[in-house]
Amino acid sequence: MTSARSGPRRRWIYQLDVKGSPYLYIAPFFLLFGAVGMFPLLYTAYVSLTDWNLLDPAREWVGLANYAELVADDYFWNALFNTVSIWLLSTVPQLLAALFIAHMLNRRLRARTLFRMGVLLPNVTSIVAVTIIFAQLFGRDFGMVNWALDLVGLDPIDWQAGTLSSHVAISLIVIWRWTGYNALIYLAAMQTIPEDLYEAARLDGASQFTQFRKITVPMLRPTIIFTAVVSTIGGFQIIAEPLLFQAGTGNPTGGSDRQFQTVGLYLYEQGFSMYEFGYASAIAWTLCMIIVVMALVNFAITRRIRSS
Amino acid sequence: MSAGRIRLAAGALAVGMLAVGCGGSPSPSTGSAPADSKITLTLNLFGNMGFKELYAKYEAAHPNIKIVERTSAYNDHHRNLAAHLATGSGTADIEAIDTGFVAQFRNQPQHFADLLKHGGDQLKDRWLPWKWEASLAKSGAQIGYGTDVGGLAMCYRRDLFEKAGLPTDRDEVGKLWPDWASYFETGKRYTAKKPEGAAFFDGGPQVFNAMIGQAETGYYDTQDNVVVATNPAVRSAYDQVLKAVADGQSAKLVGSSPAWNTGFAKSQFATIACPAWMLAKIQDQGKAFAGQWDVAAIPGGGGNWGGSYLTVPAKSKNLKEAVALITWLTTPEQQIEVFTKHGILPSTVATYDKPEVTGLKHEFFNNAPIGQIFTTAARNLKPQYQGPRAGDIQTAIRDAINRVEEGKQDGAEAWTQLLGDVERISK
Repeated sequence: MTSARSGPRRRWIYQLDVKGSPYLYIAPFFLLFGAVGMFPLLYTAYVSLTDWNLLDPAREWVGLANYAELVADDYFWNALFNTVSIWLLSTVPQLLAALFIAHMLNRRLRARTLFRMGVLLPNVTSIVAVTIIFAQLFGRDFGMVNWALDLVGLDPIDWQAGTLSSHVAISLIVIWRWTGYNALIYLAAMQTIPEDLYEAARLDGASQFTQFRKITVPMLRPTIIFTAVVSTIGGFQIIAEPLLFQAGTGNPTGGSDRQFQTVGLYLYEQGFSMYEFGYASAIAWTLCMIIVVMALVNFAITRRIRSS
Repeated sequence: MSAGRIRLAAGALAVGMLAVGCGGSPSPSTGSAPADSKITLTLNLFGNMGFKELYAKYEAAHPNIKIVERTSAYNDHHRNLAAHLATGSGTADIEAIDTGFVAQFRNQPQHFADLLKHGGDQLKDRWLPWKWEASLAKSGAQIGYGTDVGGLAMCYRRDLFEKAGLPTDRDEVGKLWPDWASYFETGKRYTAKKPEGAAFFDGGPQVFNAMIGQAETGYYDTQDNVVVATNPAVRSAYDQVLKAVADGQSAKLVGSSPAWNTGFAKSQFATIACPAWMLAKIQDQGKAFAGQWDVAAIPGGGGNWGGSYLTVPAKSKNLKEAVALITWLTTPEQQIEVFTKHGILPSTVATYDKPEVTGLKHEFFNNAPIGQIFTTAARNLKPQYQGPRAGDIQTAIRDAINRVEEGKQDGAEAWTQLLGDVERISK
């Protein structure tokens, strides 16, 4: 009301304040994103079209040659297979276990907060320390897992040497660290499910398991899809666990036969061990595209569920 | 959830790796030294080179100099150095380079101070000739001064040898294996009566390294062509090692891995190819076995494994002072101190006649005359030309031998895959 008397100048400032300031408030994010997100992304795209080795100052434009080489590269496909395998082996049991743990935590328990905080504990540990400890547990000669196998009369396993065995071991690291985290997300969603649904089911004589299967899981579906999408993105980027699983040997080949080299690790090998920046950038972009496609597929599934 | 966490983890890891080399690099000129009076010289090393006591000595003699040493893991150090040189920032005043990487870096002499222009032309005779030549660029520039050489011997466990019915005296043990064929024959004898859980050697690739180090030609000819596929010495060493692995002589431990470290403490092997710097390693990992370890001559006589150089990047802000420091650190007098205190064998040839070097014995190793053993090995060494990617080829061969040790492939399959890997590295 007062602005009517305050002249065009003040009105202009007022307009600017109302219309312009929201952009100012969000500008820092976009500036930062441009500097540390967008620029590296675009620059990597540019580098991926050149033949650039760090040891050799000459940089040559080669177009899509790096990508053509990548498609024909056995080691890339091997890494992609390992990535998918480790992703499946870690995500599926992880989410199932998280669902079960969340269900248990959702009941009336003594010291409920303690348990709920407890499941998150593995998540706050250092990934480096955890991986090195797991690598010791899965040691060939003096590892605790092989010791336990020996107790029950089974032959020891050279966990690092085998393809499946190394994938299982690495998946267990991921599962151990992230199950509790996902369980808490499920727990939060479970608490939004109206209690009367369960009450009605109990009146109908449904067992705990039937309640879980017929009420809890369907009501959680959007949350489950969300965790699945996010686990997919993370699973495809996995690098620290396979790198550190062969600690001390100092090279990122993921085992003597690349049996647990993931795409992320292959990228690291090409970029920072071979210094092939052009080729490594092509791997980075290809990996990014694969993740985008996976995310879109997931997004499509989510929409269909919502509309049905 | 997975996305944030793993991305975060990868990020943290990458940052961690960078931090090893550049994160902790305060620029030397803006250090905490009181204004213009003091110059801080930084050294980036990849392990204990035995210089700590020398810094104090140098600082006392040069009150205007302050020395800061930073160390990181072997592979990280060299990767960071390559990246820092290429991007033109982040290098220290002095950077150490290992023999396995020196050929790669001497191909980029523009990044380093040419020591010949800073008095190096007068110092050439300080070092073993091959040591001097290995860091010489094609352009004629000298990029680094040699510090240590590996010198090669064979360390063995007296108690395990005794249990297997082999002689334990180091001279007699040395006579068991004048060459590698007789070394593996001894391995057969040992394996037939070996104590439970203790193999003859630690791992195939480590023995292979020692063998190929003695060959006239290694992975490269002198024109920088990779000759892995055609050099009979490579294939012959490969076949001999795999034969011994098949005979059960290997503990199948990957060098430098945590499992390998455990192997020392758990007595998983009776012999190990032993450059001078390995002595410190054995003492650290196998403390309980003082007096049980001993040092004998290496099969085949001489040999080298490892050894380092000190270089000054051309970008160093204190280039003159840095060159003065590495010149001083590599004088025979200081190198003798490094050897007697740390057992790290100098490459400065004048030290090999000094009684305090040749007479040095090592208590932990049953008073073995390490001075005499290692200087003899270093003198007997036939220098071998090192090509630019020798380190990467070495790793590919290690993986090939590991594949056979793990039972994943037979020797022929692993060889075929190895040649493919080598081709990728050298293309």
